[in-house]
Amino acid sequence: MTQQSLIIPTVLASFVASTAQANIEVPIAYLEMEVERPPVLTNLDPIPDDLGRMGAALGLADNATTGGFMGHDYSLSDLVVPLGEDWLEAARAVLADHRIVVVNAPTDALLALADLPEAEGALIFNASAESEALREEECRANVLHTMPSYAMRADALMQFLVTRRWSDLVMITGQRPADLEFATALRHSATKFGARIRAEKDWDTDSDMRRNIGQEFPVFTQDFPGHHVLLVADEAGDFGPYLEFNAWEPRPVAGSAGARPDAWSDRVEAYGAAQLQLRFKRLAERPMGAVDYAAWAAVRSVGEAVTRLNSNDAGAIRDYLLGDAFELAAFKGAAITYRDWNGQMRQPMPVATRTALVAMTPMPGFLHEVSTLDTLGRDRLETACRAFD
Amino acid sequence: MIRNTVSAFALSALMATPAMAQEVWISNERDNTISIIDVPTMEVVETIKVGARPRGIMFSHDYSVAYLCASDDSTIQVIDVATRQILHNLPSGENPETFALHPDNRHIWISNEDDNITSVLDVVDRVIVAQIPVGVEPEGKAINHAGTIAITTSETTNMAHWIDTETHAIFHNSLVGSRPRHAEFTSDDARLFVSAEIGGGLHVFDTGTFEELAEIRFEIPDVHPHDVQPVGFRLTEDMTRAYVALGPANRIAVVDIESYEVLGYHLVGRRVWHMAMSDDEKLLFTTNGVSGDVTIIDLERGEPVRTVKVGRFPWGAAYRPAER
Repeated sequence: MTQQSLIIPTVLASFVASTAQANIEVPIAYLEMEVERPPVLTNLDPIPDDLGRMGAALGLADNATTGGFMGHDYSLSDLVVPLGEDWLEAARAVLADHRIVVVNAPTDALLALADLPEAEGALIFNASAESEALREEECRANVLHTMPSYAMRADALMQFLVTRRWSDLVMITGQRPADLEFATALRHSATKFGARIRAEKDWDTDSDMRRNIGQEFPVFTQDFPGHHVLLVADEAGDFGPYLEFNAWEPRPVAGSAGARPDAWSDRVEAYGAAQLQLRFKRLAERPMGAVDYAAWAAVRSVGEAVTRLNSNDAGAIRDYLLGDAFELAAFKGAAITYRDWNGQMRQPMPVATRTALVAMTPMPGFLHEVSTLDTLGRDRLETACRAFD
Repeated sequence: MIRNTVSAFALSALMATPAMAQEVWISNERDNTISIIDVPTMEVVETIKVGARPRGIMFSHDYSVAYLCASDDSTIQVIDVATRQILHNLPSGENPETFALHPDNRHIWISNEDDNITSVLDVVDRVIVAQIPVGVEPEGKAINHAGTIAITTSETTNMAHWIDTETHAIFHNSLVGSRPRHAEFTSDDARLFVSAEIGGGLHVFDTGTFEELAEIRFEIPDVHPHDVQPVGFRLTEDMTRAYVALGPANRIAVVDIESYEVLGYHLVGRRVWHMAMSDDEKLLFTTNGVSGDVTIIDLERGEPVRTVKVGRFPWGAAYRPAER
């Protein structure tokens, strides 16, 4: 008994001897709102229950290893608020003893949380919501976004299409809010990069097409004008996956299905990503998704800041993340940083199919005076965000 | 008796031809092969089939065998230099990426990148004698010439861990820029160099005080700073120069390591990872991952002189001098 209590501190001391800091505790919360998922045509690809949560867990494991050498003690408490339960009550409880919170929730829920008095001075990471308003008119000084916006995803895809000179496009849009918002972003991107959406159609039928896709889609797409690529805005993955090979014209599909721009793809393996993918698979027993990546990046950003600052103060961490000194190696080929005008994480983005990486964006040749990563999404001069001034 | 002598002589003459000349061995990460470049002719003279995802490669101090990290087979392969045959596989721990050979010519220190571990392998008894927990994604390995200090760099933890080779205890951790890839000691063991791929710098530490003496930065006209990613490097014996591979910047930087000034850049193939240097320090051989070739730089003339096509994604390079 006495011997044990003697030995343990000695071993610990040998780990931290060189850095010789007092132990700093870094409690991080992962807070998720359970949402109702719309029904989709296929039941083959269920959305994992732990999407996002496992990304945060891996980030914690990565941080904890570093923390072991630094005398920094990271912990992660996760909470999923079930459907119908009081989100804000849960948020208040979490904020009462956590100053750093990674949130996986829709835009409205995130904003309500960020506006709580308890959230003042806290550091909140948005790891899932892609809405543009959240980064612009509705931006909040206490919220950083590790998930890219719809505009960033649309720009990533459009840079690729324009690079290939596939500038004549048509688009099919689903009728859910996310579909409409992504479609808006794709239209804006097409204009920005000089592509042309020659025609659009809305997909609003609710028929189950498992038996008659082959009849339905060719007819639906028959009157599209000539195009290089068929865009699809169908964020829930309802009908989009069935468009390839079932449209009237044999054209590649891109957008929500086909070649999809996203924060992450399990097809990324360069830039050391193979190691991240493997670590994640070992932990979660499934491939890493975009929300996992965003949650991982949030937790790792905190870890990197704490390592360099030797402090667990949420305000100091926020300022460091938004400053010039911060950079995080994040397995996408370029260091990730944060835009100091709206808290959005700058990041390369893969465009990938289900089987292979198509391209890593930004594409070569899209130049920028500050960072080529700022060719993706709204730039400083275009921003409507004033909370960071 | 006489006949025996003659045939033995003939045999040794035959064997000597490939074994005599200087060679550079290149591990091809996506081809599971080693390309052997004959230095005098600057041509690939042989391709050896090896295990899965070959990366780190080096020779024993007597140049009798080559050691190879067959990462995805989780083994260190031992290859006979004279016959090019794989002699046997050594235990390595999971997914060995890089390694360093202790001056005792017996212990190999290995980075097990998926397990956050540095393994110490005894090549005589063919056993792992120690496993040391380090940071996330251990990569760069270096052992000082005195054999007393081993360094492991952890890519995600962003540290160089200083390990006592006797006790296997970590006695210091140095924070460096993001994604440290490679480490080397100067020939007098007084300084340690560490490259940071995403951080973009080459860090220099005093091995006595652990104090950071310098961070060398690279600014290349018309190359975006994102693309300047230092990976492998070599220091000259006389401690005047460092040659630094800059990844997607497709260049080798030449650095004066007395003044820490960058003297210039050599344009090489695409995504340059690692390199080997000839023993007279006149030639540098760089592995260009994306273009699948090796650039040979004449360091006296100060220019690349030859590009040699090798296998897919050449990763590591090791130089073997001519037999004397």
